Amino acid sequence: MGLIVVVDYGMGNIRSVAKAIASVSKKENVIVSDDPLKIASADRVVFPGQGGMSDCLRELDSRGLRDAVIQAAQTKPFLGVCIGLQMLFDFSEESGGPCLEVFRGRVARFIDGAVSEGRKLKVPHMGWNNVQQVVYHPLWRGIPDNSRFYFVHSYFVKAEDETIVFGISKFPDKFHCALGKKNIFAVQFHPEKSQSVGLKLLSNFVQWDGEV
Amino acid sequence: MGLATRIIPCLDVNQGRVVKGVNFVNLRDAGDPVETAKEYGDQGADELCFLDITASSDDRDIILDVIERVAEQVFIPLTVGGGVRKVEDIRRLLNAGADKVSINTAAIGNPDLVAAASSRFGSQCIVVAIDARKGGTDGLWQVFSHGGRKATGIDAINWGQTMQEVGAGEILLTSMDRDGTKIGFDLALTSKMSQKLNIPIIASGGVGSVQDFIDGVKIGKADGLLAASVFHYGEIKIAEVKRSLFASGIEVRL
Repeated sequence: MGLIVVVDYGMGNIRSVAKAIASVSKKENVIVSDDPLKIASADRVVFPGQGGMSDCLRELDSRGLRDAVIQAAQTKPFLGVCIGLQMLFDFSEESGGPCLEVFRGRVARFIDGAVSEGRKLKVPHMGWNNVQQVVYHPLWRGIPDNSRFYFVHSYFVKAEDETIVFGISKFPDKFHCALGKKNIFAVQFHPEKSQSVGLKLLSNFVQWDGEV
Repeated sequence: MGLATRIIPCLDVNQGRVVKGVNFVNLRDAGDPVETAKEYGDQGADELCFLDITASSDDRDIILDVIERVAEQVFIPLTVGGGVRKVEDIRRLLNAGADKVSINTAAIGNPDLVAAASSRFGSQCIVVAIDARKGGTDGLWQVFSHGGRKATGIDAINWGQTMQEVGAGEILLTSMDRDGTKIGFDLALTSKMSQKLNIPIIASGGVGSVQDFIDGVKIGKADGLLAASVFHYGEIKIAEVKRSLFASGIEVRL
């Protein structure tokens, strides 16, 4: 038994994440919550989200969840997804201000209309792209290298410290799409929408002890 | 290596049932949206599009229950359209488990809806559906509303650009001329839209052969390809499309 809390701050399709995790959990109790006490008592925390950075930070703060999320990121198996990854960084070009400052680095925007191999690259970067597992991590267990995951985003993270990068993708340049440090693992793509490989990653998270 | 072209089956749903005969031998109930969606997921669909064609507004909430049930079992992106008029409609669909919501007629009457929706939920989940038909002496494409029945006098390419500016994250572009013809996508329309815009374009209407899918990417420059009847009636399998695209040097998720 264990409690998995999916942090709900009112932004985006949070229920899909909870449903996908519930589908790979045998004994765990998976709940969606905006209660800091629930987050504090959770065994694992998932931090998802969609939408603009400013809105996400504002909604997080208006519910008094910032400290609970940072606390969880320091102490228990923690999975960030999409904006939930981006918010962990120092600074976002989208909001023009600081984020949660758990990871050193910035959040930057893809260039509109870049051309690669004769094909115009559209923003948002939307669809299934390969993820290269640059370093092994317990959450990659059983997932073939370069598997395709589903992405939908216009901004991406640039970590200062390369040692926290576990996965990269290309659009057209390489960007960091899976990052981790101690008990934190965070991804730009949506495991909850990435069919079998995504469910495998979530299943690995449910079983993860938080050690790298 | 790189972003894959998406293959997107579209399901028409009327009062909670998939319409148009689905010809999957292994389905117990071809009219059940959950079973059909699962089957498409297993076949390798990259995304699913649900078009709610329920006429009566009293029965519109049925689609919410459908999406909720599909989202519990099918873990690929779901786009839902049909009858979306208000920000509240979008919120309810997203809460039910839709990843993207497609707006068509309502965007024409009220472009502010697209702006309001994308600022509230993010442009990544706002799709604008454009039904276009070639017409007039200028040889350009005109936007039609109300399921393609009503001419608006709006130029389709300009409309696409306007929708991109107000926050659409993607365009679902249907050629009314080609819809149901099985002679291929309107490649001129699709490529023009795709070259003018910087957001993804999904081509729709007219696909009848595997070659049509290849042309949609190579000539039409589409980022995704949507089809209904060829998949429903089992005339073409998704895996077959993907193998052929791959053999033509197009990135796909195999």
